[in-house]
Amino acid sequence: MKGSTSKRLAKLQKEGLTTLFPESTKIMVGSASCGIAAGADAVLQAITAEVKKKKMDAVVQKVGCIGLCYLEPLVDIIIPGRPRLTYGNVTPEKAKELVAAAKKGKVLEGALGKITAEPFLIEGTARDYNGTAGGVDDVPLYAELPFYRKQNRIALRNCGFIDPENITEYIAKGGYQSLASVLEKSSPGRIASDVERAGLRGRGGAGFPTGRKWKICLSARSDEKYLICNADEGDPGAYMDRSILEGDPHAVIEGMLIGGYAIGATRGFIYVRDEYPLAIERLEKALEQVREHGLVGEKILGSSFNFDITISRGAGAFVCGEETALIKSIEGDCGEPRQRPPFPAESGLWGKPTIINNVETLATVPVIAAKGAKWFSSIGTDGSKGSKVFSLVGNVNNIGLVEVPMGTTLRDIIFDIGGGIPNNRAFKAVQTGGPSGGCIPESLIDLPVDYDALTKSGSIMGSGGLIVMDEKTCMVDVAKYFLEFLESESCGKCTPCRVGVKRMREILTDICEGKAELEDLTRLEDMAGLINDSALCALGRTAPNPVLSTLKYFKDEYLAHILLKKCPAGVCKDLITFSVDKKTCIGCGACKKACPADAVTGEKKKAHKINTKKCIKCGACREVCPVSAVLT
Amino acid sequence: MKSSSKASIAAILKQYDSGQDSLISLMQDIQSAFGYLPKEALQQAGRELDIPLSKFFAVASFYNSFNLEPQGKHTISVCEGTACHVKNADNLAQMVARELELNGDEGTSTDRQFTLKKVRCLGCCSMAPVVKVNDDIHGSMTQTKTATILNQYRKDKK
Ligand SMILES: Cc1cc2nc3c(=O)[nH]c(=O)nc-3n(C[C@H](O)[C@H](O)[C@H](O)COP(=O)(O)O)c2cc1C
Ligand code: FES
Repeated sequence: MKGSTSKRLAKLQKEGLTTLFPESTKIMVGSASCGIAAGADAVLQAITAEVKKKKMDAVVQKVGCIGLCYLEPLVDIIIPGRPRLTYGNVTPEKAKELVAAAKKGKVLEGALGKITAEPFLIEGTARDYNGTAGGVDDVPLYAELPFYRKQNRIALRNCGFIDPENITEYIAKGGYQSLASVLEKSSPGRIASDVERAGLRGRGGAGFPTGRKWKICLSARSDEKYLICNADEGDPGAYMDRSILEGDPHAVIEGMLIGGYAIGATRGFIYVRDEYPLAIERLEKALEQVREHGLVGEKILGSSFNFDITISRGAGAFVCGEETALIKSIEGDCGEPRQRPPFPAESGLWGKPTIINNVETLATVPVIAAKGAKWFSSIGTDGSKGSKVFSLVGNVNNIGLVEVPMGTTLRDIIFDIGGGIPNNRAFKAVQTGGPSGGCIPESLIDLPVDYDALTKSGSIMGSGGLIVMDEKTCMVDVAKYFLEFLESESCGKCTPCRVGVKRMREILTDICEGKAELEDLTRLEDMAGLINDSALCALGRTAPNPVLSTLKYFKDEYLAHILLKKCPAGVCKDLITFSVDKKTCIGCGACKKACPADAVTGEKKKAHKINTKKCIKCGACREVCPVSAVLT
Repeated sequence: MKSSSKASIAAILKQYDSGQDSLISLMQDIQSAFGYLPKEALQQAGRELDIPLSKFFAVASFYNSFNLEPQGKHTISVCEGTACHVKNADNLAQMVARELELNGDEGTSTDRQFTLKKVRCLGCCSMAPVVKVNDDIHGSMTQTKTATILNQYRKDKK
């Protein structure tokens, strides 16, 4: 590294370490969107006020999400001489108690986990917190918690550990060192080869080898080239990219800079969905900081590399996550996909060679640059290297963001990390790949997550949404849900998608309403084949997947709807009636109070009854029943 | 359009050059100033930046986040993403529609206090089902909790 560059980074690193490892107590509040929605702002305010009132010497900061989303608001506290402790479901009152105890150098009971040394992934060695004084022996180590035991956090390395609004903390954790050494020691072709050898495949859905894509673009001749970060995250039920952008925006920016250098680009764009205001705010701050420190702009870090980054906000269209549609949207037009080839790597934004990479892909790049292709490719399976972030949501106990090595089984993710299914219900399926993916049944629970294994099962890896479904989820309804989604998000340009998807959705609606006949299943399959063969873009071509995979694994459920006019899961409103289980009902009257249609009758302490003529099937009674006595 | 609105349109337009490249961002700025895209504002923008009005309408109807109609004072967005869907978000949306006496499953109440929208994933899937009122996200919602929040906003009006 050139003397002046390394000195500059070293100075910022030192500055970052003063807040990363302060001499004083440090309190961190998980303040990503999910934390804020759970009340993190009030907790932060309470902590700040209490610290001021007690005239304490403490660093109080906002951090990103450590992934334990179901326990938000989360507060981490490091008292000098003790390990870092994490507390969950913190209320403002509880927060005050934590501060009061910390003031006395004490810790409160009830911590979820502790960390004795903070991992420094890029440097490879962890750094001890100052000592490990006792008093917390019964608190489990993070590395031993079922939620974390099987994780390997690469893209999420800094989320929850650094202040995302402070570039010096990112640098203190090895940030921008990769960029500096790539600019100094590597050539564009070499870094592209390194990423190719590492085996990194795109995390946005298609799984194309990132290094290979970069090389194609590098060899395209043009006066200008562009790199776009795809932060559109349209898959409903997935929020990995949001969490990275909110918790560690510089990782994505550094990845863009390295990618931009690898393909010979001069400009970068971050296309962020409009529903993510906090991500946009943190990205804007991060861009201000990199500008201030000469990490974007001209002659970056004293090299001859020029690159600038602009944020472009989406406007709420799922199809704009598709790369050719995304390009049209940045150009200020309706986001309609176009035929490929030519691929954007040859002709993209404003007709120039353009690379589109996903947020998680880019956040992984600096680590590969730092630790090498061999290190990265030692993690994962033959065809899928490294780790993958999943948003583990739906009917599962430990809802959150997890990053596991490729090849980890669905069982490990759902039952070990996720803690299984709540309310004593049975696992039914897990949906992966969003609207282009499918539902994987219990019989395949030992499937490893790996691009090829998931495709073989009839689903896809997709961007990382894992929606767990229990016995009370109707698979026909889920298929209908995805088709409704795709029908409303189809851009309408090609007929197979516009008309075909609508037609399939109509058949599914008929099935859910008990109006379908057996031949409709054949019709569904025929339509699916037709759309798959002839739609213009992947949105249409993959649209039949949710239907085909549920038909493959849950045909009985389709048959029950069609032949018996029954919805076994108790979801499809036209095929169910609400009733109260006389034996279970304790006569508390909650359902009667909640019913908006006056359909419930019954005396206190006696079993209640639902008048099916009046019942509008809104489910309000089921929500409030403390003993699950409402049946469908 | 009031003259004060004209002034703010002019201030927005000052930041843009003619041509289509920044069309979406321009429309987002107009919408955040007015809460929707008033026709007069689009006409003025079209004249000054040399973009046909039809282009604005095409883009506005393509993207879900644009409103061509004035919105209620408060916007209630019920998430219908997958994580919320499997936790019965449908019932929440229907309940709000009933409470607001809407004709369809989305729209603005006759007193213009509320607009109900169904949205696809607010990125807070860990707290499904999720309801957003204006900029505030509420997680783990039930029909009862939603009704309570609705009533709070109603009371605030008085
Ligand atoms: C309908 C549709 C929606 C998509 N949405 C996204 C998205 O939200 N985010 C994303 O990164 N990729 C999305 N993709 C994939 C992109 O087209 C593209 O493959 C990806 O951004 C490339 O980045 P990667 O190679 O790093 O994965 C979508 C594709 C399709 C067909
Ligand atoms: S599915 Fe509702 S917030 Fe993501």
